[in-house]
Amino acid sequence: MTAEPDGPEGRLRRFATIWSRAVYPVTSTSLTRPELEERLLPLARRLRGALLERGFDAEAGKDVGADLVDAHCTDPDALSHSLDCVDAYLVLYCGEDGPQEDLRIRASRLQHAMAAGFARALRERTLAEQEAISQAALRAQGVVAQALHASEARFRAVFEGAAIGIGIADLDGNVLQINGALLRMFGGSEQTLRGRRVQDLTHPEDAPQTWKLYDELVRGEREHYHTEKAFSRPDGTVLWTNLTVSLLRDADGEPQYTLALMEDTTERRLLNLRLRYEATHDALTGLPNRTLFFERLEKVLGAGEGKRFGLCYLDLDGFKTINDSLGHAAGDRLLVEVADRLQSCATAPGEMVARLGGDEFVALTTGPDTRHEVDELAARIMNALVAPVSIDGRELTVRGSIGIVEGPAGERSAAEVLRSADITMYRAKSAGGNRFELADPEADARAITRHGLTTALPAALERGEFFIEYQPLVHLGDGSVRGAEALVRWLHPQHGVLGPDRFIPLAERTGLIVPLGRWVLEESVRQAGEWRERTGDTDPLRINVNLSPCQLTHPGLVQDTVDILERAGVRPEALCLEVTESALIGADDDLLKPLRRLAEMGVDIALDDFGTGYSNLANLRRLPVSVLKLDRSFTQGMQQFPADPVDLKIVEGIVSLAHSLDLAVTVEGVETGAQAEQLRILGCDTAQGWYYARPGPPDRLHELALVDATG
Amino acid sequence: MERPAWAPRSIDISVPSVSRIYDYYLGGSHNFEVDREAARRAMEFLPGLPKISQANRAFMRRAVRYAVAEGVTQFLDIGSGIPTFGSAHEVARAASPAARVVYVDHDPVAVAHSEAVLADNDDADVVAADLCKPQEILHSLQVTRLIDLDRPVALLLVAVLHFVEDADDPYAAVAELGAALAPGSLLVLTHASYEGIPMPTERAEGAVDVYKDIRNPLIMRSRDEIGRFFEGYDMVEPGLVPMPRWRPDTAPEDEDPWALSGFAGVGRRP
Repeated sequence: MTAEPDGPEGRLRRFATIWSRAVYPVTSTSLTRPELEERLLPLARRLRGALLERGFDAEAGKDVGADLVDAHCTDPDALSHSLDCVDAYLVLYCGEDGPQEDLRIRASRLQHAMAAGFARALRERTLAEQEAISQAALRAQGVVAQALHASEARFRAVFEGAAIGIGIADLDGNVLQINGALLRMFGGSEQTLRGRRVQDLTHPEDAPQTWKLYDELVRGEREHYHTEKAFSRPDGTVLWTNLTVSLLRDADGEPQYTLALMEDTTERRLLNLRLRYEATHDALTGLPNRTLFFERLEKVLGAGEGKRFGLCYLDLDGFKTINDSLGHAAGDRLLVEVADRLQSCATAPGEMVARLGGDEFVALTTGPDTRHEVDELAARIMNALVAPVSIDGRELTVRGSIGIVEGPAGERSAAEVLRSADITMYRAKSAGGNRFELADPEADARAITRHGLTTALPAALERGEFFIEYQPLVHLGDGSVRGAEALVRWLHPQHGVLGPDRFIPLAERTGLIVPLGRWVLEESVRQAGEWRERTGDTDPLRINVNLSPCQLTHPGLVQDTVDILERAGVRPEALCLEVTESALIGADDDLLKPLRRLAEMGVDIALDDFGTGYSNLANLRRLPVSVLKLDRSFTQGMQQFPADPVDLKIVEGIVSLAHSLDLAVTVEGVETGAQAEQLRILGCDTAQGWYYARPGPPDRLHELALVDATG
Repeated sequence: MERPAWAPRSIDISVPSVSRIYDYYLGGSHNFEVDREAARRAMEFLPGLPKISQANRAFMRRAVRYAVAEGVTQFLDIGSGIPTFGSAHEVARAASPAARVVYVDHDPVAVAHSEAVLADNDDADVVAADLCKPQEILHSLQVTRLIDLDRPVALLLVAVLHFVEDADDPYAAVAELGAALAPGSLLVLTHASYEGIPMPTERAEGAVDVYKDIRNPLIMRSRDEIGRFFEGYDMVEPGLVPMPRWRPDTAPEDEDPWALSGFAGVGRRP
């Protein structure tokens, strides 16, 4: 709307501007001052209208007062500033040319009406807002109450429906509330817990700290504790629980109640006990098993100074035979019977019997005088085995070998003790069984060394710790050196030079004999090749190499031998493989086939240690053998003078037999010239022994041969 | 132990509430004597509190209009308090009929009152939630219904962050809310500060103590500290300034000196 500045409209706006400037500072409206002015302009127009109306009506003033409140000019100062403004400027800017006195009266009455209208509107608005905020507060509280109710219901549902037992007690221990789960755990009778005090719920199995924790909780010194606790049910059974007790405090933090949450672990505990029993007992005999035995033994060995222990390690003699001949079911029944008898042998406190596995049992004693007791225990066990065991109508005789270890606690580990007992048991067994032996540190040490050597063998071969010595074979007719036997030695880093008796049996047991034997063959043949190069092809030095039973059955024997000979450029005739008589006992054609192949190629096969085993002379015919090596026991009788005539007869007989079968005869262990002479007269072909030379390095042999050739 | 989520917050109207005190500053009667009593005590130290409140209100009104002018018509007003005249939805609807507003407050009475006021309003709603739990706000039914987070939103944090203590990490909450907003969204923020108060700091501390007494501490922050809330935003001109200096509609001489207390600013999410 455009207005002449001095026209009525312009003057009205001037009035509104002044009014808004007066009121704006005391309002709390977010409008700008010009916006407020726009808001006040219609109000000013109404006032002007009322002022100039022919018939005066002050009601317009009331409306304007009320509108001020609507425009958020609610501060009392807004009214007073407005009235000041109307009083001073309404007639001036809006009165036009009317009678001043009348206009003043009208303006004054309009102010009264404005005040009344403002007051009424402000009162209405205030009451409405008060009502609104009260309603809002009530509604909000209603929402909270509802939420509380829901939460209470939820809590009740949790409390009642929980699978865990929940109980609440006051600080004196009076049980105030319990849920259904807790009731069921205690056997379902409300009387069991109602009116009882927490302190009454003791059980003999309570851990010592259980009630200390409870007291601390009640005193407010801890917020909660967790424990495993047993309770007695009214029917006398035990309820085991995982128990958590918490302290409930009031809003000021003062202890108020105790809250117990418990989980029934009775069945789980029983299951655990059963699993533990199954894990620690032998299913067949019901005896403690290896696990439990080791636990006990470790405990005993870990006991303080001055404590001693005694242990019997029993292995049944010939159990495998029973198992193989009567079947496993019978074997099992035998074990059960043996277990029962052993059980009855170890009934004193501190004694226990366990089955380690198979037919191996142990008995442990930890009494005050184990030195004496362990012997008695072993004797009782031997005695318990005396009566035959009746199985399927058969009376089976049971024998056992026992290794005994006795000693102070704290010196050896359980594994060491058991190993010693094991070694000792084997000693008892190899002494014929059906006896007990006491552990002996030296015997243990030997066994342990043997064990150490066995495990060191493979690396020793790789590291080249083996070497070969050669013992000359001499022709008895002319005393010339014809060849040598290769003898393997082990230069052990700790034990020094070891002879074959120390490690060949170990190598045979572990199978290492095959690669070791091949190495010996290779090395010896290579050496023979070297000698041949030095002495020339005429009448070369022969080489004798021992062949173990394992090598005999190895499928690669023939091919390996051929390869080795070819590589070294040595003719098969220069090689003699020595096989022990015992290795060929009962040998079938399959076993003999490789030997036969070798013999056909020209390799000599010697029957070593002849005369110590079966000496099945008839068998000699079918063996692909060309040399007999007489065992040194025959030559020993010839060391004395005069020689044992029986020995002479035997040797003479063997030589004659051998020659008639076209076999050459070699004798070992020749130590004197008389022996050598005697054997020559008896017709032996070649000999070896200290009389000629001890085993030595390959060069020595070469020298001997040269001396022989020139001499 | 912390109150579990399912246990209701209790209501005690004998305890003053900052939103009803604010209403009293603005001349409203949506308040109880405890609120007025606390307000009067605070005003003994800072008589200009009503003017400061009014300046907040006026800034919010300008900022909402600015947002609409920039094409942002969705509003999330956190710490909205008691809806009196000149609420965000009134201003926004006046500027754009398409405007949608969700109010958020943790005062159950303020929420209940807002629900009554908005009962017939399909384009505005209120959520009872805590500023410090942004996910509760963002995933509320009301926000889901009214606000499309893939489009720009004006996030109003007017006169609310100074009621969040550092221990509750208001910066993290603001950052988390911001992270949910689409590019082009606006952060509209005011904050109390000792800076700009036309009175010695010691006196202003008296008012701060009143808020401490009613267990609703007022945290005064420096301009730099307030500026950190805008990390990740581009400041809209004229930046972080006293409230009346932010894009004023009228000449500044009209302004009451109290209105210069504290700071206001608008940031835009790039």
